[in-house]
Amino acid sequence: MKSGSNLEKVFVNGNFAVTSELGPPKGNDVGVIKRKVDFLRGYVDAVNITDNQTAIVRMSSIATSAFVIQMGMEPVMQMVTRDRNRIAMQSDLFGAAALGIKNIVCLTGDHHTFGNQVHAKNVHDLDSVQLINMVKTMRDEKTLMGGEEKIEGEIDMFIGGAANPFADPFEFRALRTAKKAAAGVDFIQTQCIYDMVRFKEWMKMIRDLGVHEKVHIMAGITPLKSAGMARYMAKNVAGITIPDALIDRMAKAAKGSEEGIKICIEQIQEVREIEGVHGVHIMAIEWEQMIGRITEMAGLLPRPQMD
Amino acid sequence: MIKAEQKPFEEILEYLAPYNKILLSGCGACVTVCHAGGEKDGALLASALRMARQNIGKPLEILESTPARQCEPEFALELSDTIGLVQAVLSVSCGVGVQTLTRHFPTTQIYPGVNTTFLGETVEHGVWEERCQACGNCILEKTAGVCPIARCAKQLLNGPCGGSSNGKCEIKRETDCAWQLIYDRSKSLGQLHRLTEIIPAKQWGVQSRDSGPRRIAREDLKV
Amino acid sequence: MGRADEKQPEIQGEPMSPFEPKIVAFCCEQSGVPAAEMAKTLKLKMPNHLELVPVPCSGRIETLYLLKALEGGADGVVVFACHEENCRYLQGNVRLKSRVGYAKQIMGKIGLEQERLEIFHLATNSGVKFAEFLIQKADQLEQLGPNPGKIA
Repeated sequence: MKSGSNLEKVFVNGNFAVTSELGPPKGNDVGVIKRKVDFLRGYVDAVNITDNQTAIVRMSSIATSAFVIQMGMEPVMQMVTRDRNRIAMQSDLFGAAALGIKNIVCLTGDHHTFGNQVHAKNVHDLDSVQLINMVKTMRDEKTLMGGEEKIEGEIDMFIGGAANPFADPFEFRALRTAKKAAAGVDFIQTQCIYDMVRFKEWMKMIRDLGVHEKVHIMAGITPLKSAGMARYMAKNVAGITIPDALIDRMAKAAKGSEEGIKICIEQIQEVREIEGVHGVHIMAIEWEQMIGRITEMAGLLPRPQMD
Repeated sequence: MIKAEQKPFEEILEYLAPYNKILLSGCGACVTVCHAGGEKDGALLASALRMARQNIGKPLEILESTPARQCEPEFALELSDTIGLVQAVLSVSCGVGVQTLTRHFPTTQIYPGVNTTFLGETVEHGVWEERCQACGNCILEKTAGVCPIARCAKQLLNGPCGGSSNGKCEIKRETDCAWQLIYDRSKSLGQLHRLTEIIPAKQWGVQSRDSGPRRIAREDLKV
Repeated sequence: MGRADEKQPEIQGEPMSPFEPKIVAFCCEQSGVPAAEMAKTLKLKMPNHLELVPVPCSGRIETLYLLKALEGGADGVVVFACHEENCRYLQGNVRLKSRVGYAKQIMGKIGLEQERLEIFHLATNSGVKFAEFLIQKADQLEQLGPNPGKIA
């Protein structure tokens, strides 16, 4: 066991893992965290805590993760390289380990110009591949980056990363994931899938590279709320592609949100059949209350109880 | 070369408000190439400033001079006599040139007339793009001759982020994704396999600006 | 910015000397110059203070010359250039257009009226149009008054 986290145990035990996402409050209102945890508790194995996603300032993922543990759920702390240098990140990892956080997802982060502090200085001391390697070094070599400074204690983290099979250049995407595997990543969560054909092509490339045997791939799924949401995402979010057929289906439906949930269930069932996919990462943006229903309808409940 | 852009006219007028005789000092090198402040563009600015001041009834006498390179002491010092005749200097050279003048003329007020922007390439006449960030340790050999430090918005060293779409960067749709360029060029050079090598974290603190202003001293060249 | 839109003040008992604008006209040798010669041959009426500056192509005119003309005493600057598709040197008059545009931007910042700089497209035999345009421009400039930015 690398960290002994619940998520890790679910994978090691051969179960199909389920994670979701929780966005921290835009301030110090812990009630927001509690409300979201209450929607998710019992339906997922662990929950990602985002790190100033889209560069909008929110409570730090480390503080939020600590609250989530107190509230009885396992967090997957996200850490982006956009805002912190290696000193701050290693320092935060010491703190995270001490607070009982056992899962970390290493990301580059959305560019700060998307957020609400556009005049900030961009840090990017490391990229996501180097961050993954840094955490691995801390865990397995028990030193800081550079291999010389010994760490007092154990930083046992289950290391995650992201992958986007829908960005360009397509031919390079699986290779980039392979690089993360070589750097030491234990599991990968993909960007949300709508183009199932492209996702399956990417999974084939992953299998050809043997990456599926080294890392646990989790398919990203986001339920659509309306045709409008689908159109907006297709047009405005770089790296998300939505086939026209899907948008049409949403547009023709009597009730968009119901159809969106239906599509979501179908997607979960479809990705379960793909060799190498070991779980789903359900991102119900501002719709966390649907996770219970989605996991139930998709036959993912009850979640396994690991000791 | 170094690229720069003339400061807003109103800002320059504000700097010069207290004076009635100044020197406009251009530079024959980088700012000439990007039309921010060489001899001709300096003359254009001087003409505009004179007319603007005439228009408000406060004439401004402007002497003009353009050393070959304002960052070189021997050329900068050519301005000595002229500087003695004026109350202040508006330098339309890059920040280096301005500071060369401030170092050699410690009692003269020197104003920057341009904003120094980046190290760039002439893409076509009239269009310049950032290419280099003077990071101190060139890795162009590893990235097929395209620099991710200067040309990737996130300075990634191991491949594109998830926002690379149709060869463009997610933060500015007109900007090419540097990693798409690196990928394409690696492919045409038959060197795609190199992109699987992990490039380790950059040593910002040793070679780059992050460890303070840098200096090169060549003992063999010093007199 | 200040604008001298008043005529010179009347001194008690003395007649007012009217303002006669100075116009600098850059003339392309393929169109403006022959048109000017034709106007002269036909003895057409033209403004009194007119300075003609022949250029081999309107594309030879740099933004700097336009501003220097105004700085040096012109109340108005005119460029006589060939029609857009007719430039002998292909893109000369297109470059001129960009430079006039840039000069106008600068004039805006200085506080000079945009009408003080204008391009007029014509052909070799446009003697009559040449003179007419200059007379119109002189009238317009009389109304605007002297160029408030000139140093002469």
